[in-house]
Amino acid sequence: MSFEAPDQDQRTVMIPPPADNRVIDVRNLNFFYGKTQALFDVELPVARNKVTALIGPSGCGKSTLLRTMNRIYDLYPGQKATGTISFDGENILDQGKNSESLRARIGMVFQRPTPFPMSIYDNIAFGVRLHRRVGKAEMDEVVERSLVRAALWDEVKDKLATSGLGLSGGQQQRLCVARGIAINPDVLLLDEPASALDPLSTAKLESTLMELKDSLTIVIVTHNLQQAARISDYTGFMLLGKMIEFRPSSDAFVSPETSQMQDYITGRFG
Amino acid sequence: MSTPAPPPAAQYDRFLHTRRKIYNGVFLVLTAIATVLALAALFLILETLVVKGVAGLDVHVFTTSQPSADEDTGGGLFNAIVGSLEMCGIGMAIALFIGILAGTWLAEYGDGTKLATVVRFLNDVLISAPSILIGLFVYQLLVRPFQGYSAIAGAVALALLAMPVATRATEDIMRLQANALREAGMALGANRGLVIRAIIWRASKSGLVTGALLSFARISGETAPLLFTSLGNNFTSFSLVRPMAALPTTIFQFAMSAFDNWQRLAWAGALLISVAVLTTNILGRVLTRGSERK
Repeated sequence: MSFEAPDQDQRTVMIPPPADNRVIDVRNLNFFYGKTQALFDVELPVARNKVTALIGPSGCGKSTLLRTMNRIYDLYPGQKATGTISFDGENILDQGKNSESLRARIGMVFQRPTPFPMSIYDNIAFGVRLHRRVGKAEMDEVVERSLVRAALWDEVKDKLATSGLGLSGGQQQRLCVARGIAINPDVLLLDEPASALDPLSTAKLESTLMELKDSLTIVIVTHNLQQAARISDYTGFMLLGKMIEFRPSSDAFVSPETSQMQDYITGRFG
Repeated sequence: MSTPAPPPAAQYDRFLHTRRKIYNGVFLVLTAIATVLALAALFLILETLVVKGVAGLDVHVFTTSQPSADEDTGGGLFNAIVGSLEMCGIGMAIALFIGILAGTWLAEYGDGTKLATVVRFLNDVLISAPSILIGLFVYQLLVRPFQGYSAIAGAVALALLAMPVATRATEDIMRLQANALREAGMALGANRGLVIRAIIWRASKSGLVTGALLSFARISGETAPLLFTSLGNNFTSFSLVRPMAALPTTIFQFAMSAFDNWQRLAWAGALLISVAVLTTNILGRVLTRGSERK
């Protein structure tokens, strides 16, 4: 309802994590699909080894924001980002930066499971081989460790040579998580990873993520507010391409300051 | 306020209904007749082909070469079968190499560019180009300058026929692959080319095989382009630079002849080609269905 009439509350609220504990720092990010601007001066501090959730109604720009952080939008001519995304002391938006080595360090899992048309084993080995030479014994180990961490090992250990396409949706999504963490990224980006999954698979995926965050930073886009409240440490609420409110999740769902976020999490729109 | 009057009872025009029923019946009968006619033609062709073809088939058809015209019996199509296989094989190799790469470019790299639009349009024109034109083109290109008909010229003519089909099929099947799959590959740090070769081609495999089989079916019965290029050969030849027999050209030559023996072999050859094309088509169908099931 206040969607189209933002005049009563133009405030944005940022309660970021401490500056020395950020792995990614997004500042003044503007994003364009051709001539259409999708993000407006977005800020997003991402705390190390924490889960940061991005919420907001469809089309608010949360997936777009996620897709700038590993420059996957490069694939499409006409899409362009300006501003800075600091990662490891460098601005990853700088032209000429090697996006392949960037993506080895910032992994991504998509909305729909995207297993490659190859065996479960090769699904994981594919990414590992891209970045280093690995012997058979070590690869076996990497594959097992990744599947264990993604809580999939017990279900697939006897059929590693069968096609990844034969798994159920939830298993496929955890295979994609395993594939992503097999190359040891610092950050894992997840774009509504549970939206195509049933509640049981979702619960498994969530517990996987909770275990991963000891060694990994996670940024997750979700439409599921309970999910954001359950698993995240920080929550960013976006609306119409702007970051409206960013704060620790412990109070984000209890006492949001902006009226837009209040309206959204109480279900008055969105 | 008074209660509104109930709507008037529906009035149906029974004449309208009856008329529509009659039209419907007439239409149904017309479509049924057309279907029967089409199927009858197909059935008659197949029936003649099988009856006359099987009568001409024996083991000599596969083992011996063309008989001379005055022999009453014996002789076979060995030279033509070998020639067809050799020229189709080389033609398909050329067509698939160029067609798959060109289709990949259209689907992955050229998408949205003006050049791709032009290439796609020209490719579609080439798909429907009369095959005799292709034959004349290759005649100018490879026969006249070298002063002689040759198997390689025939293979090139067949390749030119199959290539646009393979290009189109490759582009179509690769476009069907979800962008999410490309993104997933790139998100692991693979570059564009590797994603295409290791993931997209693999995901498109059954479609690519189907495309290849269909383009093979398209060229295996072609006669016109071979008449100007490989010409035909009464003897078994494996040489690429000499004229070579092929089933369609041999059928053409034999069917026109006045000799019973040759006509009998022409029917057998026609049956062989039809069976080959039918098998390829069925194989293509089965493979496509397999991929739809996943």
